[in-house]
Amino acid sequence: MLKILNLEAGYGKLRILKSVSLHVNPGEIVTIIGPNGAGKTTLLNTISGIIKTRSGKIVFNKQNIQQTAAETIVSMGCSLVPEGRQVFNTLTVKENLMLGAYLQFKNGNKKKIKLELKEVLKLFPVLEEREHQLAGTLSGGEQQMLAIGRALMASPRLLMMDEPSMGLAPLIVKEIFETIVRLKDSGMTVLLIEQNARLSLGIADRGYVLETGQIVIEGTVRELLNNHDVQRAYLGKDYKGIDE
Amino acid sequence: MSFELLFQYFLSGITVGSIYAIVAVGFNIIYNTTGIINFAQGEFLILGAMVGITLSPFLPLPLAIILAVILTVIIGALIEIIFIKWLKEPSVLRVIIITIGVSILIREAMLHIWDEKVRALRYFTGTEVSSVTIFGAHISPQVLWVLGISAVIVICLNFFFKFTLIGRAMRACSANKTAARLCGINSKRMVTFSFMLSAGIGALAGCAVSPLTQTQYDMGASLAIKGFTAAILGGLGNSMAAVAAGLIIGLLEAFSISILPLAYKDAVAIALLLIILFFRPSGLFGSREKSALKEY
Repeated sequence: MLKILNLEAGYGKLRILKSVSLHVNPGEIVTIIGPNGAGKTTLLNTISGIIKTRSGKIVFNKQNIQQTAAETIVSMGCSLVPEGRQVFNTLTVKENLMLGAYLQFKNGNKKKIKLELKEVLKLFPVLEEREHQLAGTLSGGEQQMLAIGRALMASPRLLMMDEPSMGLAPLIVKEIFETIVRLKDSGMTVLLIEQNARLSLGIADRGYVLETGQIVIEGTVRELLNNHDVQRAYLGKDYKGIDE
Repeated sequence: MSFELLFQYFLSGITVGSIYAIVAVGFNIIYNTTGIINFAQGEFLILGAMVGITLSPFLPLPLAIILAVILTVIIGALIEIIFIKWLKEPSVLRVIIITIGVSILIREAMLHIWDEKVRALRYFTGTEVSSVTIFGAHISPQVLWVLGISAVIVICLNFFFKFTLIGRAMRACSANKTAARLCGINSKRMVTFSFMLSAGIGALAGCAVSPLTQTQYDMGASLAIKGFTAAILGGLGNSMAAVAAGLIIGLLEAFSISILPLAYKDAVAIALLLIILFFRPSGLFGSREKSALKEY
């Protein structure tokens, strides 16, 4: 579904992504883990067209999108839930959701939007209670749900999420991750970026480890969980050998 | 003070106030999509009026006004496309300074084209001596036109921003540009559109007030300051509140004449602007909740 080949991107003179290659198959949850500053967010922003690609290829549904504008990429079915939620603070919850379906609205697909809205509200019943509240007044967890809901309103085929657990209470994180699994069960493909490796490897099918702009390890979740480097660096299991 | 005199002051305050209100509404449209203040807003009014005045001898009045509005809309779009659109991630301050530059440019161009003569569009109905009598006070029918046009504009705009797709998309752009793009909204196009909209409304307002205030090439700046005061007083971004604030300023100015020398009339609005900025930057009607969520 998504294929990235030797991608390079950055800000100004900074070269952040150095020859990143990865792929996401339909129906999978793929996670990318890595430390702060590894380029995880840059990677998602580049895929979604917010940052320009320097070189390399991004293929989504057999189409090259490395030079495509962010607005067009959304219309092709690739939605991003940005880091730090980024809801429209000064608009109501309902308006936020409706704007998620902006492109369908433009195409006059009103019936589908209503169905989509029902689905999203079923996924996050809290949002229905808060429908007429300004999005900026929601709690962090509710804002994250709204951000996911807004991305879903575009009825994407690939949902990219940038650290959905950031700054949230563990219980809410659990709820959100359960939702991601439910989305997968309903056929959604998910590309998930997380610092919390234990959580994201818990629900993913495959994973990549991104360090200083390069993919250093890749494999199925089982392979990653059994990998010593991953265990030591991301799962907090130290080498037993040191003490012995 | 007799009741008639009081009422006359009241009416003249309402008239001037509705002019300020309409300018303030123009500020709000662009602020609502971009978070910037377009200081060329006053120039849009004068430009619209000038074009209307030039066309009016040759065409029926409504047609002349419509053409003036269309032409100003096109110029508004051109200004945005030429001066703002190509900037990558412009800061708010930079765009504001650009609009100040544009306002000077338009003003000087108008001086070149229309010289410094004071002109006026003809009255929409009746002449300058005809008047309607309400409660013993005389007002020009043009005042009613101005009030009516402002009311229609504000109601339509409110509807537009709340319930239409483009209106919501424009508000989304001002709330969070990146997120708007991720929803598939072409934020650059929305900015162009907001300039066109506020230019059109400015031109319409300029034509409506021209018979009352006369039109000269350099009147835009003072209108812009009064309109800006009204926009701030009402709470930036809120069109209904801007109208109320515009009327309040108009009334304060009108009544200030009875206690202060006429020369201080303009000082009233400026003093008010400073007081608001010091004590309540969210405006009289702006919700503190909402303004806490905004970036200034």
